[in-house]
Amino acid sequence: MIWRNVPAAAGLFAVLYTSGMTAQSIRWFWFASPHTFFPLAGRIAGVAATLAAVFAAAGLYVGFFVAPTDAQQGEVYRIIFIHVPAAWMSMFIYVVMAFWSAIGLALQTRLSAMMARALAPTGALFTFIALWTGSLWGKPTWGTWWVWDARLTSELILLFLYFGFMALTASIDDRRRADRAGALLAIVGVVNVPIIYYSVKWWNTLHQGASVSFTQAPSMAATMLTGMLLMALAFWMYSIAVAMVRVRCEILEAER
Amino acid sequence: MSEFFAMGGYGAYIWGAYGVTFALLALEVIFLLKRKREAKA
Repeated sequence: MIWRNVPAAAGLFAVLYTSGMTAQSIRWFWFASPHTFFPLAGRIAGVAATLAAVFAAAGLYVGFFVAPTDAQQGEVYRIIFIHVPAAWMSMFIYVVMAFWSAIGLALQTRLSAMMARALAPTGALFTFIALWTGSLWGKPTWGTWWVWDARLTSELILLFLYFGFMALTASIDDRRRADRAGALLAIVGVVNVPIIYYSVKWWNTLHQGASVSFTQAPSMAATMLTGMLLMALAFWMYSIAVAMVRVRCEILEAER
Repeated sequence: MSEFFAMGGYGAYIWGAYGVTFALLALEVIFLLKRKREAKA
């Protein structure tokens, strides 16, 4: 019956027509194809890795040789040069991961799910580093390795969210179902990020408030701030480089 | 030099933090490059 095919043909025509339109009007979709993104990701990774090394060298130099000893804490405060940037990255990477997950769910672009998968291990790593360095700072400064205050607990939950995402996407064989399940987890879990960020305001935490925020001038010496921002740039570039190399692995492995 | 590594008595905490951080980042890079080699092979 030729009648049955009319709606299907109309639907197909509509899809082809609109996809052709978007491909023309929005160039971004060109890079949504893993195949075209692959060489670009390689170039980004190379540049980011170089910049990461430069920023890290500058940051460590400023952090250890330029920034003065802290009047109250002594030398141990130098842990913040990696602690704070690692904590920033742990939250930021999660937001980016949730963003790509949402795009992947909405537009069904394969590369989006690959980006989310590529970011998760690095995000988990920085979350662990934030907890580890915080603990080593807390012992001499607070007198304890760990307290169950809102900041530390919500950051630990972030680590479990990363682990949950990685375990979930790895344990489901069907790739599309795995990516959809992971995306849901990532999107639901993103509520934890503002909780971490504002935990020091909302609750009475042992963890101190933000020394650097969007609304106020930083409450620390200029050289200390410089060292911290250089390390933040280094971690940022490192994350980009590693995520780009990993997304290339994801693309290669998916094509097997 | 030894004064620098002593870090005013906080050496163990500071080098424990920096050592583990950079060791973990290096490990991630090593595992990732291994994965890349295997994916290309």
